[in-house]
Amino acid sequence: MARKSVRSRSENKSKSVLKSRSKKRSAKAAAASSRGRARPSAGLLLVATRKGAWLYHGDRSRKQWRVDGPHFLGQIINHMVLDPRDRRTMLVAASTGHLGPTIFRTIDFGRSWQEATRPPAFAKAAEGQVGRTVKHTFWLTPAHKDEPGVWYAGTSPQGLFRSEDGGLTWEPYSSVNDDPQYRAWMGTEQDGTPDGPKMHSIIIDPRDAAHMYFAMSSGGVHETLDGGKHWRPLVEGLEVVAGFDAKNLVFHDPHCVRVCPSNPDRLYQQNHCGIYRLDRPSTLWKRVGKAMPADIGDVGFPMVVHPRDDAVAWVLPMDGQTVWPRTSINGEPAVYGTWDAGKSWKRLAQGFPKSQAWWTIKRQAMAADMGDPVGIYFGTTSGELWASGNEGQSWNCIARHLPEIYAVETAERDG
Amino acid sequence: MTAAAPIEVSIASPLVSYTGTDKVQALGETLGDVLNDLDARFPGIRFRMIDEQDRIRKHIRIFINDEQVRDLAQSVRPADQVWIVQALSGG
Repeated sequence: MARKSVRSRSENKSKSVLKSRSKKRSAKAAAASSRGRARPSAGLLLVATRKGAWLYHGDRSRKQWRVDGPHFLGQIINHMVLDPRDRRTMLVAASTGHLGPTIFRTIDFGRSWQEATRPPAFAKAAEGQVGRTVKHTFWLTPAHKDEPGVWYAGTSPQGLFRSEDGGLTWEPYSSVNDDPQYRAWMGTEQDGTPDGPKMHSIIIDPRDAAHMYFAMSSGGVHETLDGGKHWRPLVEGLEVVAGFDAKNLVFHDPHCVRVCPSNPDRLYQQNHCGIYRLDRPSTLWKRVGKAMPADIGDVGFPMVVHPRDDAVAWVLPMDGQTVWPRTSINGEPAVYGTWDAGKSWKRLAQGFPKSQAWWTIKRQAMAADMGDPVGIYFGTTSGELWASGNEGQSWNCIARHLPEIYAVETAERDG
Repeated sequence: MTAAAPIEVSIASPLVSYTGTDKVQALGETLGDVLNDLDARFPGIRFRMIDEQDRIRKHIRIFINDEQVRDLAQSVRPADQVWIVQALSGG
């Protein structure tokens, strides 16, 4: 895979990296300015919950937030994404406990909604065979900037779908959904996460529309170089639960994979079994979570990356011991950030409760914005929405009492 | 070919957002015809009741008069009433 790397920063940063950030800041700001996006416009948070969707419109300082919602009260919203290519098309993956799944679309920030006429759905099975049914769309990803109107969707159970008309009609994409090997790697519905196995982390290389990644829980991380004609696993170096065979992809459980916008040759991953980094063209994931404090460990679900610095990423560790409580460790919530590509991690908990806070944060429920400093946001399953306007150094709660938060995304809008 | 006389269909409350009312009329000789006719007039409503394998979804119940129906090929007659019911569960 011969690709020109756009990486501009050395990984070789010292542990005093935080102290030197002011110098880096000016360099970063200059770099960002050269791309025309040094400062965000008005911020927008897209909050998807088990009982509806909310929009939080921020001012330019990202300190004041105006709430707009609920939209689709009572519907299960797994993901909500604004298209960064036009800054107006927003898709919402919806279902209810009783009705089949669908996709809603707005081009006016929720003043009006249009439903997909053909939501993601598996192919009808041949006579006598049992076909699969999409339980819900779990993940939405706008395609490459050179493919306006194209979106990808990942579903539960695992399926990959594509829309070429801005989300109104969807078709199965590539051979993955029905490929016997991939079906085996997907496992059964009993092999997946508690509310169903999922395809997620659909990533488009910003340099090449034909180069894509996706991840499956369960089923591992996969890559195509030819627009989905062929896929190959990308799991070397990833661990699985002790006692299972890492060669069998059904045992691989990537929770969240992110590509660095500033360096698409670098990926980070929060996995069921640790935090990893991958620097292409290598295919070997490195477990950078081993540098986390031993009493915290490197289990969690979400992972976010800095928009302009490929050495910076954040995770939100959770308790993965014994029966997997998936809660803040010891009831003491903390984000951990790295400024040296995972060589070291810093605890970031200023503003959080100091005890008896048993938060769970789902894999889509943490996001970073384009600000400088970067804003980081996450939502808990207990319905709290937290924000940091300074890259995690301090936090404040901007909403409470929401339903169980499934996903948080950031977006920029004009005006 | 469809029956000339319309069939009355009762719509479960979660689907009223499509129809605007809890009683509509549809044409068809089978339950599948009736649902297709509804979908033609209220796009998207069928997929929320019937999955891509043509199975009635888990929490949807459909009755023709007093009889629960599981087969979309079940015939309907102009005097029949179709009831689309949501089986509520969970919290």
